[in-house]
Amino acid sequence: MSLLSVKNLTIRFGGLLAVNDFNLEIGEQELYGLIGPNGAGKTTVFNMLTGVYTPTGGSITFDGERIDGIKPYNITAKHIARTFQNIRLFGNLTVLQNVMMGYDYQAKSGLFSSIIRTPKQIKEEEKMHEDAMKLLTIFHMEDLAEEKAKNLPYGQQRRLEIARALAANPKLLLLDEPAAGMNPQETAELTELIRWIRDEFKISILLIEHDMKLVMNVCEKITVLSFGQLLAAGKPEEIRNNPRVIEAYLGKRGA
Amino acid sequence: MKETYKKYIKVVIGLIVAYAVFQILFQTGMINSYYNRIIRQIGIFLISALGLNLILGFTGQFTLGHAAFMSIGAYTSAILTRNFGVPFLLALIAAAFTAAVLAIIIGYPILRLTGDYLAICTLGFGEIVKVFIQNVDYLGGARGISGIENKSGFTVIFVLAALCFAIIMNLIHHSSKGRAILSVKEDEIAAQAMGINTTKYKIIAFAIGCGMAGLAGGLFAHFSQFIDPKSFDFSKSFELMTYVVLGGMGSLSGTVIGTSILIALPEWLRGLSDVVKEYRMLIYAIMLVSMMLFRPQGIMGTKEITVAGLKNFFGKIKRIFRSSSTSVNKGKEA
Ligand SMILES: Nc1ncnc2c1ncn2[C@@H]1O[C@H](COP(=O)(O)OP(=O)(O)OP(=O)(O)O)[C@@H](O)[C@H]1O
Ligand SMILES: [Mg+2]
Repeated sequence: MSLLSVKNLTIRFGGLLAVNDFNLEIGEQELYGLIGPNGAGKTTVFNMLTGVYTPTGGSITFDGERIDGIKPYNITAKHIARTFQNIRLFGNLTVLQNVMMGYDYQAKSGLFSSIIRTPKQIKEEEKMHEDAMKLLTIFHMEDLAEEKAKNLPYGQQRRLEIARALAANPKLLLLDEPAAGMNPQETAELTELIRWIRDEFKISILLIEHDMKLVMNVCEKITVLSFGQLLAAGKPEEIRNNPRVIEAYLGKRGA
Repeated sequence: MKETYKKYIKVVIGLIVAYAVFQILFQTGMINSYYNRIIRQIGIFLISALGLNLILGFTGQFTLGHAAFMSIGAYTSAILTRNFGVPFLLALIAAAFTAAVLAIIIGYPILRLTGDYLAICTLGFGEIVKVFIQNVDYLGGARGISGIENKSGFTVIFVLAALCFAIIMNLIHHSSKGRAILSVKEDEIAAQAMGINTTKYKIIAFAIGCGMAGLAGGLFAHFSQFIDPKSFDFSKSFELMTYVVLGGMGSLSGTVIGTSILIALPEWLRGLSDVVKEYRMLIYAIMLVSMMLFRPQGIMGTKEITVAGLKNFFGKIKRIFRSSSTSVNKGKEA
């Protein structure tokens, strides 16, 4: 059984049919790509998966449970985490605090024990601090822990957003154009990182990306979206050779 | 964990010393009763301003009715002690509790929305509270309530102010709940993506902040011994906001500084020559405006005063002093 199963997903914004009859199946520990020209509806699919938008039709089943129409913060508790196309870090908080935010919804201490700081709460806080530092070390960002997130260079901000999403303990990680604005070397590192994350954390990753090299390199399966319509789905080489895809997407770039 | 408790003990010792110093200054008459009164007034409004900073500075919710919650606390405690003979401390707790519950009731429908609805609604709420009290005879109507017992001494104000400071400090800087509150101000969509029920935390912060306003109101009633609906109108809410903004939104030590300056300054100017006295409010306004022009983030920004920070600060001053003196020497040699 697949981890994520999306059936006939549809959303309308007034007269605009942004996503129509979209289907997607993602298995456990799969690296999956979602591509398509600008305005195709890729980010809109993410927003429906994470509860930001409520679909006007269709269903989303995750881990055997219907999750469409659920509030975003409850989706996170079901172990789906995401990054944003236009980075959304907590800019005035430190790098460390940003990562700890990922753990926060899982914290057991209540409001009152936080105010009086019970020994249990202090221990929990220390554990989170430790875990966050470990995660930052993996991302080679431990020296930046006390830096304000908004002061990081662009590439580092993208990486921090991924680290924060991982802290939220996902089974499915949604990455919206993680390579946007990165230089070729950073993109190469990112490619490695994405693979490594999948193997290390044993999670599935759904990736939106315009960088074809990255997508073809890293994804085991790809779905193509164009003007809100599902165009094709399959292995990278199938997608690469699909005439409809070439016409709608790759062809346009070739011209 | 040990370090945390060590720090606590240090803080408590520091507070006891500060308290003792104040008491000695009072007892020996080095601070006369006039200044004693101003210090107590600062303490009371500090409690309210700390609560406002939690809502405005840390959670980023724009409220314009903070004084209305002080009014609710003031009337609650005054009626309880005066008409029902309830002990003062119990009446204070009731004041804080009533204000917090009312905050939840009006916050629940409003805080689910994003945008500045809270500002408009709290503004309206303030007016409603005022008009309501003016028209209810039992609450003294427009005449207000007088003859409230003088109970708000330095000790109770000092302890409660320290407590409110500690509550926000612990919550904001050392807990996941506090980070959740901060994340709401930073980016609500990202906070929700991190599993944070942003509405819930907005309501929590609003309730705690308004509860502190209620507490301050209760203290104020037993400090001025007279309250009327006008003591807590919009201009008071606005004044509280200037305390927070001047000190720095998101800095607790900033709120202490801001409140102290803005309450003490007009009093101090009053004591100066006649010319100054006449233009007192003008000078006050000019100082505020120039502050906003040259340091819009407030005196402290979002930073806190810490022992390490103070050492660093004095170290810098020393270095500047030294380097200037050495450069003078170099000049002589050349
Ligand atoms: N909240 C909204 N209200 C109205 N229209 C919207 C909304 N969100 C998205 N759209 C529209 O839906 C379409 C798909 O947008 P979306 O952001 O999903 O594209 P995308 O595939 O992510 O494109 P890009 O590659 O540029 O990021 C666009 O035409 C967009 O204008
Ligand atoms: Mg997009």
